[in-house]
Amino acid sequence: MLDIVGKRYWFFGLSLIVIIPGMIALILWGLPLAIDFTGGSLLEVKFTNGLPPQLSDVRAIYADNGFTDVQIQTSGNDTLIIRSKDMDETQRATIIADMAKKSGAQVTVQRFDSVGPAVGQEVTRQAGFAVAAAAFFIMIYITIAFRRVPNAFRYGVSAVIAMFHDILVVIGVEALIGHFLGWEADSLFLTALLTVIGFSVHDTIVVFDRIRENANIYRRVLYEKLVNHSIVQTLDRSINTQLTVMFTLLSLALLGGVTTRHFVIILLIGVFTGTYSSIFNAASILVVWENREWRHWFRLGESKASA
Amino acid sequence: MSRQYRTLIIIVVIVIIAIWLDLPNNLSLFGRPNVFTHLGLDLVGGVQALLEADVPAGTTVDPTSMNTAVKIVENRVNGLGVSEAVVQKAGSQRIVVEIPGVKDPQQAIATIKTTGLLEFVDMSSISPQEAFTMINQKIVTDFGSTSGPQQPSPVVTPTLGSSPTTSPTLTATTEVISPTIKTTPGAITSTTPTQTPTLQIWHTVMTGSAIQNVNVVPDQTGGYQVAFTLTSDGGKIFSDITSAHVGDVLAIILDKEVISTPTIQNAITDGKGVITGKFTSASANQLAVQLRYGSLPIPLKVVEVSIVGPTLGQDSLRKSLIAGGVGLGIVIFFMAFYYRLPGLLADLALICYALIAFSVFRSYPITLTLPGIAGFVLSIGMAVDANILIFERLKEELRAGRSLRPAIDLGWGRAWPSIRDSNFSTLITCGVLYFFGSAFGASIVKGFSLTLAIGVLVSLFTAVIVTRTFLHLVLDNLRFAEHPKWFGV
Repeated sequence: MLDIVGKRYWFFGLSLIVIIPGMIALILWGLPLAIDFTGGSLLEVKFTNGLPPQLSDVRAIYADNGFTDVQIQTSGNDTLIIRSKDMDETQRATIIADMAKKSGAQVTVQRFDSVGPAVGQEVTRQAGFAVAAAAFFIMIYITIAFRRVPNAFRYGVSAVIAMFHDILVVIGVEALIGHFLGWEADSLFLTALLTVIGFSVHDTIVVFDRIRENANIYRRVLYEKLVNHSIVQTLDRSINTQLTVMFTLLSLALLGGVTTRHFVIILLIGVFTGTYSSIFNAASILVVWENREWRHWFRLGESKASA
Repeated sequence: MSRQYRTLIIIVVIVIIAIWLDLPNNLSLFGRPNVFTHLGLDLVGGVQALLEADVPAGTTVDPTSMNTAVKIVENRVNGLGVSEAVVQKAGSQRIVVEIPGVKDPQQAIATIKTTGLLEFVDMSSISPQEAFTMINQKIVTDFGSTSGPQQPSPVVTPTLGSSPTTSPTLTATTEVISPTIKTTPGAITSTTPTQTPTLQIWHTVMTGSAIQNVNVVPDQTGGYQVAFTLTSDGGKIFSDITSAHVGDVLAIILDKEVISTPTIQNAITDGKGVITGKFTSASANQLAVQLRYGSLPIPLKVVEVSIVGPTLGQDSLRKSLIAGGVGLGIVIFFMAFYYRLPGLLADLALICYALIAFSVFRSYPITLTLPGIAGFVLSIGMAVDANILIFERLKEELRAGRSLRPAIDLGWGRAWPSIRDSNFSTLITCGVLYFFGSAFGASIVKGFSLTLAIGVLVSLFTAVIVTRTFLHLVLDNLRFAEHPKWFGV
């Protein structure tokens, strides 16, 4: 039989290989946050029947309205995406009228967002609160659902550890992508992250449920064997569910609109790591806990027989 | 009739109702209520604004005036003539406004957020020419302002008896110059001391609340003006004022800014009048909407605004629908290929799932946004998870040598705890997301969580009950199906 639990430290290591670079990226470059969190404005304008104005002209127009820190991106040859501090409606109207005058083209607003800095900070704070609240409620629920199993609390904690593993992977990957491709974490990223949390726990519970069931059947089997057996029994299901979800997400990523691509790709990464952590990490953490293996982590030379 | 058939009838009825609700509007309705797919701002374009009570930091806003403000904003939005607008309170000091498909977002936001306090101000102390030069200037009136030396005459109160006595006192109160300015010692640093009349406090005769009805009418010069009819009490005050002040100016002030300075030609006793100014059709409408629904009890400021052009959304909608269809197709193929007969039945249940979930979205109604559609497509993948769990258990029981029917029952029974617990944890996340979305008026997050939650609940029904009923019915009626090879074992 496949020995997944026996190779648990290899799989923990594999997780670290993914998580550590992401965390380094996060520390070095931070997570590029969108205006939802930082406050500011984003204006996407399309110029028809004429060429867009020169970027320097756009800067001058913004400067005339009191905006000095302006970033301009071109998208295609007729669309500009301009970021600056938050602005009100009058300022936006003036800027658009000025751009129309300068370029002689017809200007259409494709998208305009403006978020005041105070709102942005509040969203950031509440986002952290939302993740913590989700983690807390899930831990409570699992502890209750597994109350007939010895050490039910461990199941809740292990599921939440696996969940934080997935959060770290997703945030790390986002930090890397953000740095190299210029993606920004917006409120959709947060939605994706919370969905990943839900999926991750969903997946972990299926494995745990099998341990719960087997624990009642095979009472004399070593806990480590029991856990491994449960993982292997649920392996087909884990992989097939992962596949069906990946199919739908992949078709959304490849064929769906550009506006949700970032969101869908984050979900894809999250679903993948969610399945990985429930197969290779979550249940193994239970075994580590059962054996109290941390007593040996920093004394590599000694034997592990005491477990 | 066996239990299976009864369940089947219930399933068929539910699916028929779902199809009935899913049918497009232009088809015959069979008495259906007007159900349609609500598309979010990101799909149809429009404007979303988050308004916040414009009060000094730390002050709390009293909930009743906040609720009044929400009501007034809602009325104003509806007064713009758009359908499906959403106005909701978000947290204690914010109002989220979503107006799909609006042509002029700037005008819409201006209409919503400005206080819309209209005042009729007695300017009999100055000549019409002087008054005319004050147009577009901000002035100070004795109505509702918190600072300044005045405190009597909150005016307008529809006490009929007091109104005749107000007119003689008007001239006495107008020429008051704020004494606090003159006593400041550093007078040299400020501008020429002779120009202090700008700080004059004008007397408000009545406010927009005395207006009963307004209409926008074109004037002779091609511009627009706002015609109004006063309430009976307001008409009385107006009549008294105008008869006492023929030849004087009764200025019209909006949000403390002079918009027009008409001279009273003769006493107006019928309670009707017009507000002239340099109005365009749009700005006249804006004022009319604000007058019709009253002024806001608290000033609002825009803290967040989001505008989506219509073309961007439509393209995304088409692409997402195609992507959803392809995704569904692949899942259907995969299930049939891997799980054979039960897989095919699960596919049927999955189609039921899509039909039912969509009808719930339409009738609840849930506004479909792009992430909402993504959530729905994602839930298709997750909807089959329950079936996969069950079928894997079923296979195990078959491999263990059990005969088919006990194996089916055991498969369902043993898979249930994991289906229940795993889906419940997803519902917990949905609840947290929903709460988070509501607090910020982030309707996209809210919509996503609702879509996912409904998806989870409907899929529990289709994957657990529908598939099982189908499987039993097939086995009852098709003898040959009872071979393990049909189950991929």
